[in-house]
Amino acid sequence: MSAIPADPNVTAVSATPRTETNYLNADWSIKSWLLTGDHKRIGILYLVTVSFFFFLGSIAAGLIRYELTAPAGFILESETYNKVFSAHGIIMVFLFLIVAIPAILGNFLLPLMIGARDMAFPRLNLLSWYLFMIGGACIMGGMINGGVDSGWTFYVPYSSMYANSNVTMVLTGIFIAGFSSITTGINFIVTTHKMRAPGMTWFRLPLMVWALYATGVVIILGTPVVAVTLLCIIFERVFHLPIFSAELGGDPVLFQHLFWFYSHPAVYIMILPAFGVQSELIANFARKRVFGYHLIAFSSLAIAGLGFLVWGHHMFISSESMYQGVVFSLISFLVAIPSAIKVFNWTATLYKGNIRLQTPMIYALGFIGLFTIGGLTGLFLGCLGTDVHLTNTYFIVAHFHYVMVGGAVTAFLGGLHYWWPKMTGRLYPESIAKWNAVLVFIGFNLTFFPQFIVGFMGMPRRYHYYYFAPEFQPYHIMSTLGSTVLALSFIIPGLYLTRSLTKGAKASANPWGAHGLEWETSSPPPTSNFLQIPVVLDEVYDFDPVTEHEQDKAAQALEVPSYLSNEAKSIESEKEKR
Amino acid sequence: MAAIASDHGHGHGHDEALHHQFEDMEQQNDSYIVGMWTFLVTEVMFFGALFLIYTLYRSMYQLDFYLAHKVLDTRMGMINTFVLLFSSFTVAMSVRFAQLQNRMGVLAMLGITQICAGTFMVIKYFEYQEKFGHHLYPGPGFGSSPSYLNGASPNFAQLYFGLYFGMTGLHGLHVLIGMIVIGYLMAKWWRNSPMVTKDYIPTELVGLYWHFVDLVWIFLFPLMYLMPKP
Ligand code: HEM
Ligand SMILES: [Cu+2]
Repeated sequence: MSAIPADPNVTAVSATPRTETNYLNADWSIKSWLLTGDHKRIGILYLVTVSFFFFLGSIAAGLIRYELTAPAGFILESETYNKVFSAHGIIMVFLFLIVAIPAILGNFLLPLMIGARDMAFPRLNLLSWYLFMIGGACIMGGMINGGVDSGWTFYVPYSSMYANSNVTMVLTGIFIAGFSSITTGINFIVTTHKMRAPGMTWFRLPLMVWALYATGVVIILGTPVVAVTLLCIIFERVFHLPIFSAELGGDPVLFQHLFWFYSHPAVYIMILPAFGVQSELIANFARKRVFGYHLIAFSSLAIAGLGFLVWGHHMFISSESMYQGVVFSLISFLVAIPSAIKVFNWTATLYKGNIRLQTPMIYALGFIGLFTIGGLTGLFLGCLGTDVHLTNTYFIVAHFHYVMVGGAVTAFLGGLHYWWPKMTGRLYPESIAKWNAVLVFIGFNLTFFPQFIVGFMGMPRRYHYYYFAPEFQPYHIMSTLGSTVLALSFIIPGLYLTRSLTKGAKASANPWGAHGLEWETSSPPPTSNFLQIPVVLDEVYDFDPVTEHEQDKAAQALEVPSYLSNEAKSIESEKEKR
Repeated sequence: MAAIASDHGHGHGHDEALHHQFEDMEQQNDSYIVGMWTFLVTEVMFFGALFLIYTLYRSMYQLDFYLAHKVLDTRMGMINTFVLLFSSFTVAMSVRFAQLQNRMGVLAMLGITQICAGTFMVIKYFEYQEKFGHHLYPGPGFGSSPSYLNGASPNFAQLYFGLYFGMTGLHGLHVLIGMIVIGYLMAKWWRNSPMVTKDYIPTELVGLYWHFVDLVWIFLFPLMYLMPKP
């Protein structure tokens, strides 16, 4: 009884029968996967490989946390510790967060959401996965070969003159992975511009598409800059071309400027797609059109623009003049506004919404809280006076984990659950998933909230001991406990999602009764996405309050878990159609 | 592409040059053009960062950059500039011929472009060789023939030559990639592939890329070779 299939305005729906062949079972050979041009398969390839890198990065995180439970540290040498936190940062940033939502969910969904058969450039898309794999292999190679200890920021002159030679290898890997990002970005932009189905106007685009588009813009403007900046280090190490050499009169701080010119926007590469997922989840589980659709759409673009003007807030204490500091501080406050607009709009969407507390929604609600804390503490750091005290402490570590894990990873998990039936054609077990979502929230806060406190008290980041301040220990122990819970809550979905691939109940085309073109084709979709290109005649998130109300009553009457009843209802509605 | 194109049955495969994900040629060509320009934006940012570094260092060490640059051979640079400008013209002509579906015309024009690109690389090779011979390549031994520094501080001169080799080197790499791409395009034309003969857009895209490569040089040449006395 979902709203869309019943909507007579959308023509293609009725022409979409349950097909037997879909993109997954169209061809089982390995070759058909490795040479695929299908954006859905490429999304799955990314899902598998990125999960693997996430696993590796998490092991490094576990080691860091374990080490810090004792004031003098107890399992890692100083040098090993440096390598471990560098590995953690490099893997998580370049091989997990930057790719996770755009390349997995974005690749899978963008063409489906706009009613296209594929990305504009399927082969480029495949190339991007190969570049990612080659880049990942180089990074892994450098780490297996002995690792790097320069942190994920690779500040010169340490990285260019003193660090060991694995830096070259790892930087090459990041450089190559950067081009994978660029190709994805180009595909997003062109696809959004040129591949929309008839009737899919810009303001009928789901907010996820707006977010991916804005991400594409950030990627193509930022990534080449960091690529060439890291290339300069490679030049310096391999070809002796001095670019940032202080001893010759070069400017090492210039490296920081160029690095953050990308790496601040890079945090928006991680969070903008998460905003997109968030908008979809909130709308579809509050059963309402997102409040302030246009504002959310434009705030994504505003973030993409303003995000390029605030890099200096990472360098308040790196020889920045007072006036520079003031300007960067002011613009940093400005960039918080579009983020806040989104948070307010999501909250307003909940108001009088018909909220369904299913797994994706629990993640989405968690996101609002966690991202708000992360964003607000960003303001503490963007404020000159407080930043001088807080910079290079655990406060920063807590800040960016609240936005990157509490924000991006939570949204990723929420989105993965939400679109799982579409991607795999199977339902995951709802009740355990629900509890797990709560567990993520608890584990996350237990891990990172104490870090705000201990950071505020003065615990420096990137230290592997704190024997000078044993009073920090309780916070660290709390944090390590929390990270254990968090690790568990990442393993559990890995298990039940994998199990659902074979054991899960078959999903209908639209198990959530959700809105959006991706729900109008079968689950999993056929290779060409739609048997006929849909013609879009209705507005986005066009929930009809009356049917919503009836649906809700019906669900109560049935007294089954609502996700099941949804499932039952959409099967019903499908019968109705025939 | 054919394997993918055939695995769904919606029947629009009339046009041999049309890829399966597009509905018609217009959409495909528009996408190609937008894609290429987006790619060029990334290239602009890529070189832009280097030009920024150059600008900062030059403004910091004006006199030394001026003195160091005097050793460059302006005549060679000038010839190379004209060679590239001419190749831009021939590429533009090849696009015109592609629109007219004049296969031999396209091949001839792309051929001349290849010759120009080759000439550019050869001249660049001799320039580099000379600099190496004069110990002007940064690193140990830099400036061991001080007369070639024209009195510039060896440190700052080294920065200058670091940028010179880095930037012209990357540009040279782009020229090489351009030669490979043009070679591939020529092979397609030679074999009468419908991908290029039925549709001039692929030729146009290669042309756009080539113009960009030339444009970078148009900035590099005056910045590196033609400095006024500060
Ligand atoms: C709401 C707007 C935000 C503001 C005003 C803000 C502000 C800041 C500031 C001022 C710093 C530098 C602190 C220092 O080094 O002294 C910082 C660090 C950081 N922020 Fe944010 N932030 C915001 C949102 C985000 C988001 C959305 C993300 C990621 C998704 C993020 C990720 C990071 C990371 C990774 C660092 C640490 C970089 C490092 O030094 O390794 N921030 N933030
Ligand atoms: Cu920042």
